[in-house]
Amino acid sequence: MAEKFDAIIVGAGPAGNAAAYTLAKAGLKVLQLERGESPGTKNVQGAILYSDALEKIIPDFREDAPLERHLIEQRMWVLSDDSHIGTHYRSDDFNKEPYNRYTIIRAQFDKWFSSKVRQAGALVICETTVLDLVKDDDCVVGVRTDREGGFIYADVVILADGVNSLLAKKAGFHLEIDPKDVALAVKEIHFLPQETIESRFNISGDEGVVIEMVGKITQGMVGTGFLYTNKESLTIGVGCMLSDFKQQKISPYALLEQMKEHPSIKPLLANSEMKEYTAHLIPEGGYNAMPKIYGAGWMIVGDAGMFVNAVHREGSNLAMTTGRIAAETVIELAAQNKPMTAANLALYRKSLDETFVMKDMKKYKKMPEILHKNPHFFTAYPELLNRAAHTMLKVDGVDKKSKEKEIRQSFVGKRSLFGLLGDAFKLWRAFE
Amino acid sequence: MHIVVCIKQVPDSSQIRVHPVTNTIMRQGVPAIINPYDLLALEEALRLKDCIAGTTVTVLTMGPPQAEDALRKALSFGADHAILVTDRAFAGADTLATSYAIAAAIRQIEKKEPVDLVFAGKQTIDGDTAQVGPGVAKRLNLNLLTYVSKIASLDLDKREIIIHRRAEGGVQVIQTQIPCLITMLEGSNEMRFASMDNMFRAARHPLQIWNKDAAGIEDPAKIGLKGSPTVVSKVFAPHAKTIKAEQIDVERKTSKEIATAMLSKLFREHPKLHAEIAKLAG
Ligand SMILES: Cc1cc2nc3c(=O)[nH]c(=O)nc-3n(C[C@H](O)[C@H](O)[C@H](O)COP(=O)(O)OP(=O)(O)OC[C@H]3O[C@@H](n4cnc5c(N)ncnc54)[C@H](O)[C@@H]3O)c2cc1C
Repeated sequence: MAEKFDAIIVGAGPAGNAAAYTLAKAGLKVLQLERGESPGTKNVQGAILYSDALEKIIPDFREDAPLERHLIEQRMWVLSDDSHIGTHYRSDDFNKEPYNRYTIIRAQFDKWFSSKVRQAGALVICETTVLDLVKDDDCVVGVRTDREGGFIYADVVILADGVNSLLAKKAGFHLEIDPKDVALAVKEIHFLPQETIESRFNISGDEGVVIEMVGKITQGMVGTGFLYTNKESLTIGVGCMLSDFKQQKISPYALLEQMKEHPSIKPLLANSEMKEYTAHLIPEGGYNAMPKIYGAGWMIVGDAGMFVNAVHREGSNLAMTTGRIAAETVIELAAQNKPMTAANLALYRKSLDETFVMKDMKKYKKMPEILHKNPHFFTAYPELLNRAAHTMLKVDGVDKKSKEKEIRQSFVGKRSLFGLLGDAFKLWRAFE
Repeated sequence: MHIVVCIKQVPDSSQIRVHPVTNTIMRQGVPAIINPYDLLALEEALRLKDCIAGTTVTVLTMGPPQAEDALRKALSFGADHAILVTDRAFAGADTLATSYAIAAAIRQIEKKEPVDLVFAGKQTIDGDTAQVGPGVAKRLNLNLLTYVSKIASLDLDKREIIIHRRAEGGVQVIQTQIPCLITMLEGSNEMRFASMDNMFRAARHPLQIWNKDAAGIEDPAKIGLKGSPTVVSKVFAPHAKTIKAEQIDVERKTSKEIATAMLSKLFREHPKLHAEIAKLAG
């Protein structure tokens, strides 16, 4: 007779680890299956870690988690072809412990998180791919893996298998993912000596800087770029909607290569050595593209459930939070001896509605569509903003009033006054 | 039959980088794997276990505590027991000190159950010396069979083994007595895919963890850095050389013309080549 567990978790990313850890800590018999050689080998993230979500799972994580730098400064850049305009927010408050955000390297972080899962008592098995969910009538009762004797049973299966969950699709929980609902991101890690990073970014010790970018770097596609400081390396990447890549026939790799040549970015990377190149999908369809997230004997957590806030580049924290809450749902039902029926697991959705996860998902639900329909946000506006700055700053004998007029005209020339007002309104509505 | 397989956890050398500033080797963050040559040895041992009823396979490794991962992996493929020999006193061991420690551990294993065959990798991908296997054989007074491509037969009653061994210019067929130590050649087999049951068993199996006393080390001066006469004078990365690439204009040329242009360039660069080819062609 095949072995039976209280819960099986598919995937060992932040969502799966949060779920497995929480369940095992509560004393449940937990099996976690991961297809990668070890946890983290398949995963890609920028990566910024948001302390809050992890603190709720492992309060003292700072003691031994592999953290790179805590973030004290955020730069937001809008880039034209050869310039950028933007803001820097740097606060000493971010330099006070406990720190709020860190850069991490996912391969190391996931390994650490997984060691915690094992210590909590879960059985973690890697290099094993779950091929199918096993159903009895309509109820999920286990999984089938790619190994001989691969049927394993459980009261509940938590799908934490990341973006484009093939399992959920195979089981009929959602349809084929739409290319307009996923972004394709590529990133590189560039090695640089610690001292160089510190002097280039005006930081010391474990302080870190984030640069988020929009504008011409995405060549008219809906997307963003980023640059993060790690201890001894920089992470640079860019992501755009898959549908745009398809339509514009631009290769993600070429896009990143061009971005690295941008005069605002190039000096930051000078003399660095590329250590790693990765590509990964990000589910960015938002609330309206979310699949059903629970049913008889199953729940979906993390990227597999579209839980990403693309506007704020938050994903891992939603993954951890959904993982934790799914686990807490199981713990609560088990304590009351209730079966894992769809009606009982509805508690998962209900609990999530109370958290920032669902509130933010709902808040930004119009965003994906607005960005799709307004590509000029990524081309015309960056150009205009940079031109405006340039016009105002260049001292060339022209009086300021005329300069203001020129700027106004350049905006209206590119986009009708009506269009400008409309854009402002759309964005305001989306952020409201 | 009782088989001991010696394995080593090594950094995946294909992922090792050189620090661009200090020019030192960066091991940090490089995944650890079982030395690929050791997997050939393990697979061969497991095949014997599949064929010969009552065979047990013990995997043995000396290394840091993290080497547990390597042992668990070996268990998942089907090994029966796993022993981790680990002690700070072993740190800094060269091949001489390592073979001393491993030989001692195998003697300890023998105390419980006699060992008929010892397998080891032909060499490691991080040291590439190919010395530890032979060193262990010598210390344990075992017949040594290196670069084995095939075990042709094994007669447990007569305690006789026949193997094929790669030698310069051909294959040697060797018959000898067991116990012996075998190192397997690449291409001789391929690692199996573990079953689900074995994955569970490997994850839960208790490992035996031996410190230097448990491993039966008699002379502490012969282990670790102290027991290692090897001196590493320098570790450095070879400098990348730039060679100017030459182009051959292919525009509006026949294949024959292109080939001729290419060959004449080659011959110009390597004047001796022509004579060598002529000699080969007889
Ligand atoms: C370039 C990039 C930058 C990002 N930056 C940030 C950031 O700065 N901050 C942030 O919070 N988020 C960021 N994100 C998003 C974040 O990475 C994800 O939201 C997060 O990793 C989701 O976690 P997860 O556990 O749901 O999925 P994953 O981390 O993708 O984990 C899924 C796991 O399931 C395994 N798996 C899949 N299928 C199977 C199967 N059938 N059987 C067994 N195992 C399986 C996979 O191997 C994988 O380990 C970024 C994403 C990208 C691509």
